[in-house]
Amino acid sequence: MEPVKDTAEKARGYEGQQTGSGGQLEIEPYNLSPVPCHLSPPSPLPEEIIYDLNFATVREWKSGHPGGKAIAYFPVYAPVEIIHACGMLPVGLNGAGDRLDIQHADARFGSFICSIVKTTLELGLTGHLDPFDGFLFSSICDSARNLCFVMKRNFPDMYVDFLHLPHNPETTASAEFLKSEYLRLRDNLERMGGRRADDDALRRSIRLYNENRAVMRQLYDLRQENPHLIRASELYTLVRAGNFLMVEEHTEMLWNAIEDVAGRTAKSRDSIRVVIEGSFCEQPPLDLIRLMEEAGCYVVDDDFGLGRSWINEDVPLDEDPLTALAESYIDRSVYSSVRHDFRKPRFKGLIEKVRQRRADAVIFLIAKFCEPAEFDYVLFKRELEREGIPHLLLEFEEKSFTFERLRTEVETFVESLLFD
Amino acid sequence: MQQAGKTEYRGGLHQRQKELMLRWYDRLDVSASTGRPPTVSMMISGNPVELLEGFGALPIYPEINALQLAIRHESLEPILAAEEMGYASENCAYVKADIGAWMKGITPTGGRLPVPTLALCNFVGCNTYLKWYEHIAALMNAPLYTIDVPFMREDRPSKDDVTYVVRQLMEFVKKFEALTGIKFDYDRFKEAVRHSNRAEDLWSQIKHLARKSPSPFDAYFDAITLMGPLYVYRGTEDGVDFFEMALAEMQEKVDSGEGVYDTERFRVVIEGPPPYPFFRTFRDMFAKWKATAVASTYSTVGGLWEFGFRHDAREPFEAVALHMIEHNVTNRNYLQRYDQIERYIEDWRADGLIIHFVKSCRLFSAGQGDMRDYFTRKLGIPTLYIESDLEDPRYFSEAQLRNRIDAYFESLDHHKSQAVVGDRSREQVTGDR
Repeated sequence: MEPVKDTAEKARGYEGQQTGSGGQLEIEPYNLSPVPCHLSPPSPLPEEIIYDLNFATVREWKSGHPGGKAIAYFPVYAPVEIIHACGMLPVGLNGAGDRLDIQHADARFGSFICSIVKTTLELGLTGHLDPFDGFLFSSICDSARNLCFVMKRNFPDMYVDFLHLPHNPETTASAEFLKSEYLRLRDNLERMGGRRADDDALRRSIRLYNENRAVMRQLYDLRQENPHLIRASELYTLVRAGNFLMVEEHTEMLWNAIEDVAGRTAKSRDSIRVVIEGSFCEQPPLDLIRLMEEAGCYVVDDDFGLGRSWINEDVPLDEDPLTALAESYIDRSVYSSVRHDFRKPRFKGLIEKVRQRRADAVIFLIAKFCEPAEFDYVLFKRELEREGIPHLLLEFEEKSFTFERLRTEVETFVESLLFD
Repeated sequence: MQQAGKTEYRGGLHQRQKELMLRWYDRLDVSASTGRPPTVSMMISGNPVELLEGFGALPIYPEINALQLAIRHESLEPILAAEEMGYASENCAYVKADIGAWMKGITPTGGRLPVPTLALCNFVGCNTYLKWYEHIAALMNAPLYTIDVPFMREDRPSKDDVTYVVRQLMEFVKKFEALTGIKFDYDRFKEAVRHSNRAEDLWSQIKHLARKSPSPFDAYFDAITLMGPLYVYRGTEDGVDFFEMALAEMQEKVDSGEGVYDTERFRVVIEGPPPYPFFRTFRDMFAKWKATAVASTYSTVGGLWEFGFRHDAREPFEAVALHMIEHNVTNRNYLQRYDQIERYIEDWRADGLIIHFVKSCRLFSAGQGDMRDYFTRKLGIPTLYIESDLEDPRYFSEAQLRNRIDAYFESLDHHKSQAVVGDRSREQVTGDR
């Protein structure tokens, strides 16, 4: 494992823990007990938090913070620090999974549109978004952008805003522009009753999120070294739970997980090491993530719920905070199919990720009708083939519930690599 | 059953349009073998063609290449070739046709197309453009520059938005100077902006002639004839001459009371791009009902001028930036599009709205169900929602479309006759007889 050098380490004095491969067998890899949340009792499990369409954690936070506002954001890149610094609760929404029947939104968005756009609108049209005071979108794709304005028309009392994230990182003007965009957001949030987010408040928030991201990176590194100690589905729910909790609470939850996981021992098994690519926005059903592992994959990196950790190093605290945040989007953020940086093609980023994680293969897990991911697949595929890295393409919808065909495909893929 | 009407008007402008477009393709062919003039591949939406004039460079428009293939029923082969490369059935078929045609060496005229000197992604609203240009750059091995244009998330662009775009336009100029060794001719650029101003004014006057009853042209199907020169030649004298000629021809038709059909039975607004692979078939479905599109959103992709915007030569860079940010339909937000359509319905006195959902284009189509809800329920406008594609012939279901269009006009006919009984004064205003 690489040396831990983040603020998180300073905060906790954590020494990278590593279980050597082939550690003693203590527990079966697929019977690892889930990490409890350690929140005020009764502690909900991360899985309960992320699939709760009544948003109990949000309601609870609001009742504990009279007058406090909750701002939901659509994936992927949201400046949560600014929302937090205004004294508001930023909440990452990733659709409704299979928990909501679409009754109204199909008529508004029709065919060939991904599910998350529809379930997000459906959540609104069925009153599920009532605990929220605002909704934030950004320039990730055409469907999400149009959804922003459809939401604006259908929910005139809600604050609905759209952030234009720059697509031309080559010009120095883009960081300045993004700073002006962040200033506009801050002013809008303050106007709707947020606390004044001065530089000190912003720095406090940045520090908290820096730590949160650092712990997440540690968990990912820990998993990379010891994929037999933490299941992909477990890490997934742990990380995604952060979408619904105040950042401090989530960081605490992650620390507990690290301690818990580092203390585990289990035997590794015959599996291939895979990077999962393409699930940065609409989320695959949890059962599909479980299936990957059951079929013989160790997930050593993924872009699930990328919105939680899109800045991949600490945001500097010693400069103007909004400039630092803007520059972090331009220069420190994780590539994905909805972030465009022609200085460095994303297919190079994928190859690097595969090498760094020592992965054997890439599995594309792409939401149906996700045009950005589908486009990227072409160039990703070309580059992987040049590099001789095996890959498999799977398509899902958040509301899918039977995966037999996908299971067979993954099993066949794994077998072809294991017994090659 | 109605007799099918005359489906299109063919005048001098059609001949001239053909000449201009062929000359453009010829020059691209020359550039493919000599490297001169330099070329810039860019998108139609909010295209900054004036800047190219400052270099004497030629635009390449992949969208025009793609639509030419579709209109000649030649789009399926390149689409299938692209799908073999890994493109998904859901991916924009314009991109697939363009990339597939490039890989297979297919061009719209049979001439050659050059590798662009620069792939310039003039991003205005369409995120698919970003992908398209990344792919052009990667597959054709062309240098790439993106002009990031802030989307219209407020009613008007901010000063920061304009400054941001102007700075990038200037960086593009520097980059293109470095790539070609040609010094940017500012005076020539300014002159191009002046020409654009004039061409836009003429184009806008033509569009306003469609407010007459009968409208002298179809602002959806015929407008497409005028759109090619608008995007390629706007900043040139040839462009201005073309639009002067077009306006004169249209004005003549207005003066003689000539419409698209012998009578103008219906006036509609059409939203969304046309199904190019079945352009004529689709048009005939409207001709059958003598229905004229008096306005369309698709004809404002490259620029929205009928509400007053003109390039201003006093601040040419700012003018180009404002055109890219605010004055084209693709960079305007969805609710601004609702307003645009509403304005057409009122000021161009339309009877109804046709929403053509195209599977390829989420920029246009994502949310058109909500648009229908707004126009039918909120405003009580008779609205038809139909689906096909702009490039992929596999998504055109002729019988189904015909049935739906027939049913719509039958009901609109009924609706109109009821309205006439109730409101004779409107009959006089619209001139319906």
